Amino acid sequence: MADQTAASGAKGIGAHLGGHLRENGMILALVAIVLFFTVMVRVTQGVDFLSAQNITNLFLQNSYVIIMALGMLLVIVAGHIDLSVGSVVGFTGAVAAVLTVNMGWPVIAVVPTCLLVGLCIGAAQGYWVAYWRIPSFIVTLAGMLVFRGLTLWLLAGQNVGPFPRSFQSLSTGFIPDAFGVDKPNMTALALVALAAVAILWMGLRARARDQQFGITPEPMVVFTIRNFVITAALLFVGYKLASFRGLPNVVVVLSVLTVLYAFFTESTTTGRRIYALGGNEKAARLSGINTDRLVFLTFCNMGVLAALAGMIVAARLNSSTPKAGGGFELDVIAAVFIGGASMTGGSGKIIGVVVGALIMGVMNNGMSIMGIGIDYQQVIKGLVLLAAVIFDVYNKNK
Amino acid sequence: MGTLLEMRGISKVFPGVRALDHVNLTVEQGEIHAICGENGAGKSTLMKVLSGVYPHGTYEGDIFYDGSLLTNRGIRDSEAKGIIIIHQELALVPLLSIAENLFLGNEVATNGIINWPSAFQKTEDLLKKVGLSEPPTTQVGKLGVGKQQLIEIAKALAKDVRLLILDEPTAALQENDSQKLLDLMLELKAQGVTQIIISHKLNEIGRVADRITIIRDGTTVSTLDKADISEERIIRDMVGRDMAHRYPDRTSNPGDVLMEVDGWNVWHPEQQGRQMIRDAAFKVRKGEIVGIAGLMGAGRTELAMSIFGRAYGRNISGTVKMGGKVVDTSSVTRAIAAGLAYVTEDRKHLGLVLDEPIVRNITLANLAGVATRGVLSRGREQQVAEEYRRAMSIRTPSVFQKVVNLSGGNQQKVVLSKWLFADPQVLILDEPTRGIDVGAKFEIYTIMNELAAQGRGVVMISSEMPELLGMCDRIYVMNEGRIVGELSRDEASQERIMSLIIRGDGNTGGKARVA
Repeated sequence: MADQTAASGAKGIGAHLGGHLRENGMILALVAIVLFFTVMVRVTQGVDFLSAQNITNLFLQNSYVIIMALGMLLVIVAGHIDLSVGSVVGFTGAVAAVLTVNMGWPVIAVVPTCLLVGLCIGAAQGYWVAYWRIPSFIVTLAGMLVFRGLTLWLLAGQNVGPFPRSFQSLSTGFIPDAFGVDKPNMTALALVALAAVAILWMGLRARARDQQFGITPEPMVVFTIRNFVITAALLFVGYKLASFRGLPNVVVVLSVLTVLYAFFTESTTTGRRIYALGGNEKAARLSGINTDRLVFLTFCNMGVLAALAGMIVAARLNSSTPKAGGGFELDVIAAVFIGGASMTGGSGKIIGVVVGALIMGVMNNGMSIMGIGIDYQQVIKGLVLLAAVIFDVYNKNK
Repeated sequence: MGTLLEMRGISKVFPGVRALDHVNLTVEQGEIHAICGENGAGKSTLMKVLSGVYPHGTYEGDIFYDGSLLTNRGIRDSEAKGIIIIHQELALVPLLSIAENLFLGNEVATNGIINWPSAFQKTEDLLKKVGLSEPPTTQVGKLGVGKQQLIEIAKALAKDVRLLILDEPTAALQENDSQKLLDLMLELKAQGVTQIIISHKLNEIGRVADRITIIRDGTTVSTLDKADISEERIIRDMVGRDMAHRYPDRTSNPGDVLMEVDGWNVWHPEQQGRQMIRDAAFKVRKGEIVGIAGLMGAGRTELAMSIFGRAYGRNISGTVKMGGKVVDTSSVTRAIAAGLAYVTEDRKHLGLVLDEPIVRNITLANLAGVATRGVLSRGREQQVAEEYRRAMSIRTPSVFQKVVNLSGGNQQKVVLSKWLFADPQVLILDEPTRGIDVGAKFEIYTIMNELAAQGRGVVMISSEMPELLGMCDRIYVMNEGRIVGELSRDEASQERIMSLIIRGDGNTGGKARVA
């Protein structure tokens, strides 16, 4: 009996890795890219890529991509696309600037107002896509132009700023140390350690549950290695952040949203229905699923997240510029596809998208530090996107 | 007449499966040769070997064609020799015209410039041969499936076909289109075109085939001459056992009226002023299996889908009563809540999310049944799936298998499971046994009987009259959007159903309603 288990175990690892090449491969790719830049940056520039400051920067620079990628995944899973998010980022940032700087609204009122504006924009676009069946590509391409134009109009072509400190803290604020130690920031350490424990506990619980229901769990070796890598990376990043200025507010928002969306997509009926809708809309509708409303809601959700990203970007730049958010839609969509979502809808995971966005972010940051020109950067990012999708298609056909 | 084709000891191995195991097939010049077998028996694989989809070298064994060894490197090679296959799924471009489709890849052109007058002339000649009179510029997508099938044959004729292979050509055709197609096959035979037909429909085979080869589990079981062809023999060879009863026994015991539809009118969703259903009325009792007969295009699917949450049509009027009370079926969600379920005839496009696993498909129509306040319980979901896998004997290594990998019969069981889990009072099954093999059909019939025995009402829409006669307590006959007649089990016969359809006035067999 024991022999049998061992033999099937060994075979299981190979089969399992084959079946889950993508998920585990993504994490390995991210680790490899980070290591690559650590060495390259050290060799060429003589600086530490994994310095506390740079890690903090990495999150501050990429938070908006990750936040929007969460919503974009839902849109893409539902079988649509949203090209307008970059312009919506610009527009909501402009609204925030006009309200706070020109009109003197308090931040506490500006934030919900901007989110509401985002919701309305998402609803307006989603309405045409869902209920009039206008292709989302067209509707959001129009939205991209319209909201870029409205941004220019609202800002009268000028930069508007600076923002009050409280608004800036959306992006550049840090969670203060509740323990009063400050360096290293004990709150940050505690929270990260808690998160690591939570991830491990949930992983183990999922395994136990799988076994209870007779689902073949992933081999213990793979489980251990993956969780070791994730936990180690988490603790390392946490330690670095703690020894600099603590946990950025953005990281907290990001983490909470990631967990929420992962839960939503994997464990709620509504999340499940979005996947079914993307997989086969007609079958989903004939199964009693209100497909139109779901499409509408994914666009509403996208609008709100774009508005949140818009405020974060504005807060980070400390002013709203007519050009803010330009081209963001491409980064976001690329992150989703690098993260393994299917172009035809119906598949893709939150965790994949987050890792995909981090891969893009690390490459942006690493190449910039190495002094690689924007020209080469674009070429390299384009090729990485292409390679990731080719890898997917190749795997699927094999 | 000599031998045109001889396939000797053909074996084809896919990773993990031996799809063909020393299959032999001999086709004489000028005959119509039928190939029969259950789904997955290897018929299509054999034809793919012959037509070059699997090139020479990827299979074992030899193919002799017209006296010489065939070494196809691809479809083009075999087409050049006049071997042309028409697949079950038609390979026409719906947005192009008939002429463009006929000569696709084979254009009437010099130096890449198309000679339209000549192309149109040739198109008209070819269309005449297959008995069509459409203008060559007609968009193919605007033709019905029957005519599209004829276009496919015209396309084969355009390529100087010598051996025409038809893979289940009538699967999607209604009765009179099928008849036309079979007539055309006989006509082509008279002109000397050798043909191979793959079909599940034994009456068609009996009509056109000269000889029949039966394949089971990747091996040749027998080749019968026309004189030896009998349904019993074919079925026995196909399934490898005597099938004394093609329909499971059941004692019918209908109870109170469960569902009642009255004054149902439906208009076409796009074409203005075209009424699809006229004043239809029918009822279903508890524990009863009710059939709806009619030709394709009679409005059976339209009737069912319009009742099921207005999933078809516009300006729908009429009432649906469940247990005597009028219910709201204005959306699919409401129809499900009212206790209805509709199992579609088109399971791949309308019934299943093919890329998702069995378990997710089964729970899709009743996610609330495996969730607490909107949060899914993966464990409960799996238990449910395992239950149905056992109850329906869905043959799969795991409920996490994607449904796209299942055979037609097993896919149908998944769709049925999905609707049973939604726990409906009345199930409307639209062509529930289409495209599935004899053995799986028997299983589906058994499930239907169980549903009726549980006190549910079952409505069965079918184009196969023997199936309706074998299964139903009562049969409604539809024609041109009306219910033209109602026959009890004792009254019903193929002849009476046909005569109701043809006369269309409904005075032959009971309570017909005329608008």
